Amino acid sequence: MMSVHVVPDLMPALPELILAGMAMLLLMFGVFRGNDSTRTVSWLAVGTIAVAGFFVIVGPSDGVETFSQMFIVDQFAVFMKVLVLIGSGLAIVMSFGYIRTEGMERFEFPVLMMLATLGMLMMISSNDLMALYLGLELQSLALYVVAAFKRESLRSTEAGLKYFVLGALSSGMLLYGCSLIYGMTGATSFSALTAALSSDGDVPIGLVIGLVFLISGLAFKVSAVPFHMWTPDVYEGAPTPITAFFAVAPKVAAIALFLRVMMSPFGGLFAEWQQVIIVISIASMVLGAFAAIWQDNIKRLMAYSSIGHMGYALVGLASGTAEGMRGTIIYMTIYLVMNIGTFAVILNMKRAGNMVENINDLAGLARSKPLMALAMGIFMFSLAGIPPLAGFFAKFYVFLAAVNAELYALAVIGVLASVVGAFYYLRIIKIMYFDAPADGLDSAIVPEMRIILSVAAVFTLFFFVYPAPFLAGAQAAAQALIP
Amino acid sequence: MFDFPLLSLVTFLPTVGAAFILLIRGEEEVVARNARWVAIWTTVMTFGASLLIWMGFNPATAEFQFVEQKAWIGSGINYHMGVDGISMLFVLLTTLLTPLCILASWESISTRVKEYMVAFLIMETMMIGVFCALDFVVFYLFFEGGLIPMFLIIGVWGGERRIYATFKFFLYTLLGSVLMLLAILAMYLKVGTTDIPTLIAAGFDPTWQRWLWLAFFAAFAVKIPMWPVHTWLPDAHVEAPTAGSVVLAGVLLKIGGYGFLRFSIPMLPEATEFFTPLVYTLSVVAIVYASLVALMQEDMKKLIAYSSVAHMGFVTIGIFTFTTQGIEGGIMVMLSHGLVSAALFLIVGVVYDRVHTREISRYGGLVHRMPIYAAVFMVIGLANVGLPGTSGFVGEFLVLVGIFQVDTWVAFLATTGIVLSVAYTLWLYRRVIYGELVKAELKDILDLNRREIAVFTPLVVLVLYFGIYPEPLLEVMHVSVANLIQSHEMAMNGGSAVALANR
Repeated sequence: MMSVHVVPDLMPALPELILAGMAMLLLMFGVFRGNDSTRTVSWLAVGTIAVAGFFVIVGPSDGVETFSQMFIVDQFAVFMKVLVLIGSGLAIVMSFGYIRTEGMERFEFPVLMMLATLGMLMMISSNDLMALYLGLELQSLALYVVAAFKRESLRSTEAGLKYFVLGALSSGMLLYGCSLIYGMTGATSFSALTAALSSDGDVPIGLVIGLVFLISGLAFKVSAVPFHMWTPDVYEGAPTPITAFFAVAPKVAAIALFLRVMMSPFGGLFAEWQQVIIVISIASMVLGAFAAIWQDNIKRLMAYSSIGHMGYALVGLASGTAEGMRGTIIYMTIYLVMNIGTFAVILNMKRAGNMVENINDLAGLARSKPLMALAMGIFMFSLAGIPPLAGFFAKFYVFLAAVNAELYALAVIGVLASVVGAFYYLRIIKIMYFDAPADGLDSAIVPEMRIILSVAAVFTLFFFVYPAPFLAGAQAAAQALIP
Repeated sequence: MFDFPLLSLVTFLPTVGAAFILLIRGEEEVVARNARWVAIWTTVMTFGASLLIWMGFNPATAEFQFVEQKAWIGSGINYHMGVDGISMLFVLLTTLLTPLCILASWESISTRVKEYMVAFLIMETMMIGVFCALDFVVFYLFFEGGLIPMFLIIGVWGGERRIYATFKFFLYTLLGSVLMLLAILAMYLKVGTTDIPTLIAAGFDPTWQRWLWLAFFAAFAVKIPMWPVHTWLPDAHVEAPTAGSVVLAGVLLKIGGYGFLRFSIPMLPEATEFFTPLVYTLSVVAIVYASLVALMQEDMKKLIAYSSVAHMGFVTIGIFTFTTQGIEGGIMVMLSHGLVSAALFLIVGVVYDRVHTREISRYGGLVHRMPIYAAVFMVIGLANVGLPGTSGFVGEFLVLVGIFQVDTWVAFLATTGIVLSVAYTLWLYRRVIYGELVKAELKDILDLNRREIAVFTPLVVLVLYFGIYPEPLLEVMHVSVANLIQSHEMAMNGGSAVALANR
């Protein structure tokens, strides 16, 4: 017997290969040059991410598969990868100042961020349960380390450890689910699974159990209720730029993975999993709305906020239509921008050079720093979903899909939860605009931060003027998932 | 002239002014002065531009006029503006009141003037946009977008309990409007567009209509406000700065009534018919209850707020009679109340600026020191009562004529509201204006200055003018109202014809 070795087509995975190669190169560069090179390594990491983004955009996007069908690049993958790369790149840029002042200027930091990003890209492109797991673990392992990166800080190490233990548990569940699915169908490839599950017949109960385990694992990664417990602690404990990173890129990647897994191989089992997603979505929206009311730490508050937002994003998935996918994709795009902006403000909450995290530290910001307060106000109203800001359109499209799928209870509970949620966003505005100024925050704001903040604010404020290109992009991405 | 986007100009001119104010830099004093002047010029220019709408308006047709349509987010959701005989009057009311508000805040707002003027101008854009929008999503954007500046206006420049009041205002309104959003989505999915004229012509399944109607009702009943969801209003009115109360009472409440006229009645005729008894009941309760509560108030602004709730009860009764007199009366009450309640809040603002209290018992005998003020208060107070010769009379009379044809009991109960309104208004007047001038802090109180006279003159003149000769307003709305009633009757008869055929 003669085995034929064919080199797989590498072109579709070019951005990933660039990231992987550069991550290793930069690691060696860092080892030789020591920690003084952190700034160079960071900039090179950002540059690499930009180059990878360029190749994602110009690369193939018509559903090509490679590596024995384990890896797929379609419009959906391209759209979500661009979001992830933007999130990661900006997170690294926003960490420059922080890692210097907080004494965690070590060259491993940008390298780890790059590896996490690589894992996310793999997740988005995975077309096989094994590829899914590989991407997920690469991402998670890098994230566990960066969460604990401030190693002399008790809270940071605690956050990292907590994240690791719970994350390992969820990975185990996910893997167990995968093994059950494999056992019941004999396939791990998404295309084989699709073929196996599309025939009308009784769905074996073991497969449903496997699917539920898989969903649990994924729900953990997007921090949806009831697998959300790690989120507030990790958000609070992790160094702030890492929290900003956690809030955007991994969420986008995990939601993308969630959509692909649910719609592509398990689309035929929609009737089985829809109920589960609806329950997760409602629970996340409600908990996100109520639990945040009592938070005084802004990072904890943003953790609950993100739990709620994941609930809204899952509303689109629960509808199971191309419209719903489009809604979720738009939601994640806008969510990314709003969170980047919000964390850019949080990263500038310093008093006498020290980071402060209590929301009352923002008191009177409207008078001491009117522009920053204005930007934060825009983000808060947008997160609350008040028109004409971008956050409204995010909610508009997911609820449109929900109403179209006749999920009226889900839609009503969702909008009511958004009213409750509006309360705590308004509270931040109240503190900034209505309260008497506390001791002023430091006024220094570095140029890169200022640019990120302004771009995010302008995007959020003026999204309504010309939303058509984003809608068209999201539409194309959604149609790649559901033709 | 009809190709010129006049409505967009009127709508967004205040935002342009706000952008200008944002760019002003320099000393706080200079910034404040420039911000005031930019704001007043912008609003006056907006008013002037809106007069062009009235001049170019053709009252002989019920079609939407000055229509603008542009592609926006696609798939049936477009930027579509236009006015008919109903909405145009509210646009004018808004553009008239805003410059007066700016004038009234000239001296009473002394902190963060720049932000205040920006918020107010953006507020004006939102209010005008609500009345001009002919696309439901555009409408919703303006409808809820107005919450943001109002939230800030009450919260930053309001009274002592401003934070409670502004949160209550925001969350109540938001709660009502998110339900409406779902109804908008449901209609959009049914018809494939959010274009308002198309939706009016579409016709919905009667069982569906009830759910949609209730969702709309949640939004508009909170906004107008109807009993029992009116409780945000006294708090918001009392705590808002004078100009904020003026805009709240003068324009924002009318958005609720306008919503009923534009959406609930033409789009959902069967459900409207079905829920009419509910509306009557709530309105009568509102009129009687709110009037009685107004009698007991110690705080001037709170009294006026409850009086607003009672007047809005007249509006909803009038609108839901589906008679020409009733609906025209409802609109007239809204327009008149827009002028009168605005003037009343300004009247309170005048003495509040001087004495810094709104408690009725702290005043008395003001006529001795402030004769002009007493005269203005007298005219406006009597208009609030609905005395013949004032604009208040025209509307309330027409509403009563309308409701009398439909249901005499409702007419009877509503009339008691008028009696009660006489009681609380005149009693307020007596306690503030008449009597001996004994309070020490009132001994050297000054009468209206020139700026304040400039604020009150247009209001008093218009209240009297439209009381004596309401035809300019009625003429504009005749055809649109007739069209509304006609299509409602057609829908009802058509519906019963189908029901008969099914039998």
